[in-house]
Amino acid sequence: MSFPKRAFPWQKWVMTAVMVLGLIWSAFITDAHIGKFFENFGEFTKIFIDMCHPDWAYTPYVFGPMVETIKMAVIGTLIGSLLAFPYALLVARNIVTNKVVVGLFRFILNIVRTVPDLMLAALFVAVVGIGPVAGVITLAIFTFGMVGKLFYEAVETIDPGPLEAVRAAGAGKLEIIRFAVFPQIANYFVSYVLYAFEINVRASTVLGYLGAGGIGVYLQQALSMFRYDRVGLMVLVIFIVVLAIDYVSGKTREALL
Amino acid sequence: MTETKKLPKAPAQHRWYFWVGWALVLLLIGWSFTGMPSFALKENAVVVAKSMWHGLTHPDWAYVWTGDGEDLTNALLQTFGIAFLGTFISAIISLPFAFWAAHTPNRFWLTSRSGKFILTAIRTFPEIVMALMFIKAVGPGSFAGVLAVGFHSVGMLAKLFSEAIENMDSGAGESVTAAGGNRLEVTLLASLPQLLPEFVSNTLYRFELAIRSASILGMVGAGGVGTPLIFAIQTRSWSRVGIILIGIIIMVTAVDWLSGTLRKRLV
Repeated sequence: MSFPKRAFPWQKWVMTAVMVLGLIWSAFITDAHIGKFFENFGEFTKIFIDMCHPDWAYTPYVFGPMVETIKMAVIGTLIGSLLAFPYALLVARNIVTNKVVVGLFRFILNIVRTVPDLMLAALFVAVVGIGPVAGVITLAIFTFGMVGKLFYEAVETIDPGPLEAVRAAGAGKLEIIRFAVFPQIANYFVSYVLYAFEINVRASTVLGYLGAGGIGVYLQQALSMFRYDRVGLMVLVIFIVVLAIDYVSGKTREALL
Repeated sequence: MTETKKLPKAPAQHRWYFWVGWALVLLLIGWSFTGMPSFALKENAVVVAKSMWHGLTHPDWAYVWTGDGEDLTNALLQTFGIAFLGTFISAIISLPFAFWAAHTPNRFWLTSRSGKFILTAIRTFPEIVMALMFIKAVGPGSFAGVLAVGFHSVGMLAKLFSEAIENMDSGAGESVTAAGGNRLEVTLLASLPQLLPEFVSNTLYRFELAIRSASILGMVGAGGVGTPLIFAIQTRSWSRVGIILIGIIIMVTAVDWLSGTLRKRLV
């Protein structure tokens, strides 16, 4: 008895070779020296220990910016989702049947999604000036890209039955959306908006680093003054707020779906 | 035969907490608008926006390749390298964390709970702050970016890994044990073949995100394309910003597509 011969797994070997070459190449191009890391490890642990001794006296000053951060996230999420809702209907294949329109607007959405949030923040700080408004615009665009995709994917998976029924009864486009599409996806929409809000709270904490308002501004100041005890305090506050918001939003989403 | 007929559930609008929830949301939104500075455009905002638009639509093509190593191609390759090496490091660090945080039967609940807590803490720690800490340790440059991506990604990657471990089918392992296999053989013959495709797929997904972080970490001095970008924004050379933006969009799209194709074949 003999076993069937296995084909030479050349694909595996090619992948492994690509991985190893990529590793060597990336270590070369990024000047990676693991020795350098351990050499200065003392510096790193010093910062870390500083951060583990938060400057509690600074707490009252952190409270205001943190609230501003949350406000930025709320408004950004609101504007972004409001824009994303009609846009998602425009790029859903089962609502708009014109392939050119769908293709074009999807392309735009995909490009918006690839731009990193901090880069948007840097651009908008240059346009509208330093302050939370730049942060809100950044978060709105960021939300628009993220939620727009989730929205249209949800719209495309709905049951076509009600759509046909409402259409057969002589409804126009808006009535189809109101009576056939919206009831099927409302819960998903709310859930996705909450999810976007969670991500926005995290994102908004660092936007201030480039001047876009919120706690990031203070984080940047503390970092440039090497006040790692204050940095530690702010990181702790961010952690608590993010955990609390994640918890509430997670419970709500569970109840919705 | 009795069959109890159930009425369909009342629509959400008939329940009190539906309206209370919406009232709370509206209150939250109203509160958020208080204390926000009014959206007053600075006088020169229109001028800036106009020159920005002109620059973004007339990108500086000459910057793509200058041959002296200070051009866009080089910066993008460096960004790619940061993401690649960073993701590789984080995949290795993630393995022990994943087994620690995975909640499997016959394990003390505190073990996995504490592991999950640490992963959440790593995830919430702002990546920029981490990058600045590493810049202090190894000096400004790509290597700080590699370390920041490498350590920050652990929070998410180990979470995905541990979920893969939790969802693993225990049947294969039990049959290896039944055939007389020891623990090592269970790992090699049952666990690894099931987990490896999932792990690779998760790592590829994390790599897509790492490309995005690597392209902005340079803004604080951690190497990659972010450094020329922040210089270009500060000096308001919008045509240069335009070409860098195009470069990043092309790279991110290409990596997303490649990784998506590979992941589809894996799982």
